[in-house]
Amino acid sequence: MSLRNLVHSALCLAVSLVGLALIYLGLDAEFIGWIQILVYVGAVSILIVFAILLTRGTEAPAGRITFAPWSGLIIAGAVFATLAWTVIKSKALTEITGNPSLDVSFVVKNIGGKLVAEYVLPLQVMGLLLTAALIGAVIIALHERKGLK
Amino acid sequence: MEQIDQIFVHLKHGVVAFLPEGLQPLVSILISVTAIVLVFPLLFALTTVLERKGLGRIQNRPGPNRVGLPRLPTLFPWLPKLRLAGFGQFAADGIKSLTKEDIVPREADRVVHFLAPFVLLVPVLLAFSVLPVGRNMAALDLRETGLLFFFAAGAATELSVFMAGWSSHNKYSLLGAMRAIAQMISYEIPLILSSLTVVMMAGSLSLVTIVERQSGVNFGFLHGWHVFTPWGFAGFWLFLIAACAEANRTPFDLPEAESELVAGYFTEYSGFKFALFFLGEYLGLFAISGLGITLFLGGWLSPFTFLNWMPSWFWFFFKLFLMIAFFIWLRGTLPRLRLDQLMNFAWKFLLPMTLINLVVAALWHFTNSWNPALRWLLGAILLTFSYWILGRGFEAKFRPRTYRYAS
Repeated sequence: MSLRNLVHSALCLAVSLVGLALIYLGLDAEFIGWIQILVYVGAVSILIVFAILLTRGTEAPAGRITFAPWSGLIIAGAVFATLAWTVIKSKALTEITGNPSLDVSFVVKNIGGKLVAEYVLPLQVMGLLLTAALIGAVIIALHERKGLK
Repeated sequence: MEQIDQIFVHLKHGVVAFLPEGLQPLVSILISVTAIVLVFPLLFALTTVLERKGLGRIQNRPGPNRVGLPRLPTLFPWLPKLRLAGFGQFAADGIKSLTKEDIVPREADRVVHFLAPFVLLVPVLLAFSVLPVGRNMAALDLRETGLLFFFAAGAATELSVFMAGWSSHNKYSLLGAMRAIAQMISYEIPLILSSLTVVMMAGSLSLVTIVERQSGVNFGFLHGWHVFTPWGFAGFWLFLIAACAEANRTPFDLPEAESELVAGYFTEYSGFKFALFFLGEYLGLFAISGLGITLFLGGWLSPFTFLNWMPSWFWFFFKLFLMIAFFIWLRGTLPRLRLDQLMNFAWKFLLPMTLINLVVAALWHFTNSWNPALRWLLGAILLTFSYWILGRGFEAKFRPRTYRYAS
């Protein structure tokens, strides 16, 4: 985070998310690419910006923000290395590259079919988790208001 | 007639065919882009005059009727004075906003303040690229993700509203932006869910395919537009309400409520940047109206088979004009909602209605073999009942209504 203003950082995050979507599009993953823009740029970055606005002032703090700016680089490198290692080791990669006859043509219908048939349990668990998080957030917000009154 | 219908397509192919092979794709894209960038802003210019005239008529006054062609008496003393019934107004407005001083508040965040109008305008223009404005006349036919692209492009506009409101360093701007974003996020859900019924029934996300699926014929003369089915009818109105809110039009124009917030998130904009915001808002309205036409009103299809001889692009723009007229009429008629009414309406009425509409659409799909009249009746009854329960029943808690302040 080299920018002093939090909102600027959040807006830059939105730009980098668009960049990620462009990578998806470049890889012919149209559906994921547009979903990435719709969800992350349209909703998540707005949420982040709102959270910043509602919780603290948007004025850039005076003085130093971080004490070890280079530590971020190390953490980022570590995260990247872990992800890259997982991707390289993953079974899906060898299955696709080692099997040229495999049909990887992209159809939205297939994604939908897989989601509600083969991967229905993870989908439901994810939905449940998100609902729980939502209810939790509402309860926390309610509690605060009671305290104020 | 076939020639007139395809005149723009042939024109483009003719121009492209003259060029060397390597340049052809690039020029083809450029021509499509130029057409979009020319036609829709021109439509915007016309709409501003029509809207002011229409609102004027509704409020029993003439509206703009003075500005015509500039006469330039020293150059052409023989020219008569032409008023054109006030249709020169948009040119005068355009030149005025171009030459006006561009004021940026001292405390403003200059870079973000500068970028916001462009972040609004560019995605809105992008959204037009997937709309089929005539037979074979979609600039970009995304076979797999057309509709998704439209909504993804629309999502970026929320960020622009925030950028404008926050960077102005003005509390009215910020309040306007907060309202706008809360409203846009709330109404985007019913908007997408109501379009989802069409995707379910057409089995495709491509807008071109969705139009083609509506070309079936009922009773020998009526085209099978989606709006003629129970789920399509309900979906169309739900879509229209959500679209109205998404485009910040009255009765959902709280983000720029001039009596409370000066001008909302673009309070601190002047000159050409203000004009860009204005343009962006109207282009957003056209884009979403165009999407509504494509999804529910048969896109470029004519309403009756005996009118098929008229060119397809005529039908699209005719319907677009009707939609715009409808929105102007709404603006002249309805008062603004309160913020809590706005949110309640989105979450307690529109969202459940769109979900029920999805179920009805699924039912429609599975009762394909039934008698059409019976099928229609079943869908209509289901929707009317849920409309009554959601709109009237829950609101009144099944008791007669009491008016707290009025009685």
